[in-house]
Amino acid sequence: MSRRERPSHPLVELTLARLLEFFREPEAVFWVIVFPLVLAFALGIAFRAKTDEPVYAGVIDGAGAAGIRAALASAPGIAIRPVQGDRADVALRDGLVQVIVLPGSPPTYRYDATRAESRLARLAVDAALQRAAGRADAFTAGQQRLEVVGARYIDWLIPGLLGMNIMGTGMWSIGFSVVFARTRRILKRLAATPMARRDYLLAQMLARLVFLAVEAGGLLGFGALVFSVPVRGSLITLTVVVLAGALAFGGLGLLVASRARTIEAASGWMNFAMLPMWVVSGVFFSPAHFPAPAQPFIRALPLTALNDALRAVMLDGASVARIGPELAILGAWAAVCFAVALKVFRWR
Amino acid sequence: MTDQSALPSAVVCRGLRKRYGDVVAVAGLDLDVRSGECFGLLGPNGAGKTTTIEILEGLLEPDAGDVEVLGMRWGADDRALRQRLGIQLQETVLQEKLRVEEVVRLFRSFYRRGPSVSEVIAMVELEPKRRSLVGKLSGGQKQRLAVACALVNEPDLLFLDEPTTGLDPQSRRQLWSLLGAYRRKGGTIVLTTHYMDEAETLCDRVAIVDHGRVIALGTPRDLIVSLERQRPGPSQSGTQQATLEDVFVAHTGRHLRDE
Repeated sequence: MSRRERPSHPLVELTLARLLEFFREPEAVFWVIVFPLVLAFALGIAFRAKTDEPVYAGVIDGAGAAGIRAALASAPGIAIRPVQGDRADVALRDGLVQVIVLPGSPPTYRYDATRAESRLARLAVDAALQRAAGRADAFTAGQQRLEVVGARYIDWLIPGLLGMNIMGTGMWSIGFSVVFARTRRILKRLAATPMARRDYLLAQMLARLVFLAVEAGGLLGFGALVFSVPVRGSLITLTVVVLAGALAFGGLGLLVASRARTIEAASGWMNFAMLPMWVVSGVFFSPAHFPAPAQPFIRALPLTALNDALRAVMLDGASVARIGPELAILGAWAAVCFAVALKVFRWR
Repeated sequence: MTDQSALPSAVVCRGLRKRYGDVVAVAGLDLDVRSGECFGLLGPNGAGKTTTIEILEGLLEPDAGDVEVLGMRWGADDRALRQRLGIQLQETVLQEKLRVEEVVRLFRSFYRRGPSVSEVIAMVELEPKRRSLVGKLSGGQKQRLAVACALVNEPDLLFLDEPTTGLDPQSRRQLWSLLGAYRRKGGTIVLTTHYMDEAETLCDRVAIVDHGRVIALGTPRDLIVSLERQRPGPSQSGTQQATLEDVFVAHTGRHLRDE
């Protein structure tokens, strides 16, 4: 029972009101807290480190097919999947098999030259068939197998997912709540009170930080528990980075929502702002893939700065000083967006 | 009875004009609202009532004209002025996921002085609904909550934009008695309505507004009497005694609820 007769500072009451509204909206809780975990789990499974995963080969029926199958079946690291002649190319395209052997003398390999795993499968199959045909190995090399925690794809992916979530939920949770309040004229009613307008916008960002603790904590704990993703830097440094990211995207969310009159318009602008960053800012693959002239722009984007800083702290154990440039970029986005949003904000 | 014209003005506006594109909403409107009175803007939808009241509330900028509210002007010290005003907007939807007491506490936090949260809730008779979500309230209860939010600072001047539109008769009377209590404490009210009975019951003086202008002004009684003097005989609404409705028809040639 809350029977507080004397209200606190408006900033506190506005933040509380926003938090209560949020936690009483089960869908919002799902999208902000549960969905990112489900996504991380699915991607983590899909991109988990595949140790000793065999290469998959298909053999088309024909004279000599039985001998080829027998040779491949006895070779280590190769698995045979049945393919029908007319479906072979589809199986190759879908990744069901990585190479197809057409029997003959000599046999023919059909593979996708643009895919690394397909080229690898071709080499493995060729070596196995040559060996079965009598080729002798010149030597047997020694092997050192390494699996380095922190250098796997999942280690690289989890910080990117965290960055993407900080962006997505930051912008959606703030953008939607503001535009919703505008369509229902709650903003206009608030503007008719002596409330400091800056307090309203700040409260949106503060409330956002509370959801953020749940969301970021959940994702990092999940990554550590399920995939043993390390956090090598200090937790305080990581918290600083996460906060800076949340403020930058909170500001951007406010800016995008500052004039939109409908949820549809706000959605459009949100996607417009976020889509380029999903692609270029290094969530799923490194921004280094993009040409050099684009790099300064990519580096100036808030998600790139956030992802770089998260990876530096989590994977390299970087200190606050070392990620200063990234923090500066995030701080600048937060400050500029908040100031502009306050200036152009539409209260009715 | 005191001479009301001797009291200071709560609202003075002169030559108010506002247009939206080609549509002229307010076309040169003058008003004087005295301290302590309940003043009604009566007119059909689209007459310019809401535009006028929102200009007085400082939510809209007029294209031309002069507005003085409680002796102050918009654009100078707005937050000090807002501390003294109570505002209920037309069709306000408050935060549906908040409880009644949470909404009142939020609005109370914006003001330096005023009654406690419980006192405000008691004032609008929502104690049984104190812990209910706003979204679960009836129309009348929501409207009382909207008025509660306008009363959290014990305002000197209360603006109400169609406070009882869409309410059932019982809810309307409940709201009227609530406004009566506010008046007895010396409060000033400016309200818009298109209900005749509301204007007759609540208002000391009424301005009939049409096409963005004041076309008649006076106490409901005076307006009716002057009409009866001009046009003796049975009233247009069919009853023996003339009503505000007849006054409106006489001035505009149409019925209030025509559209």
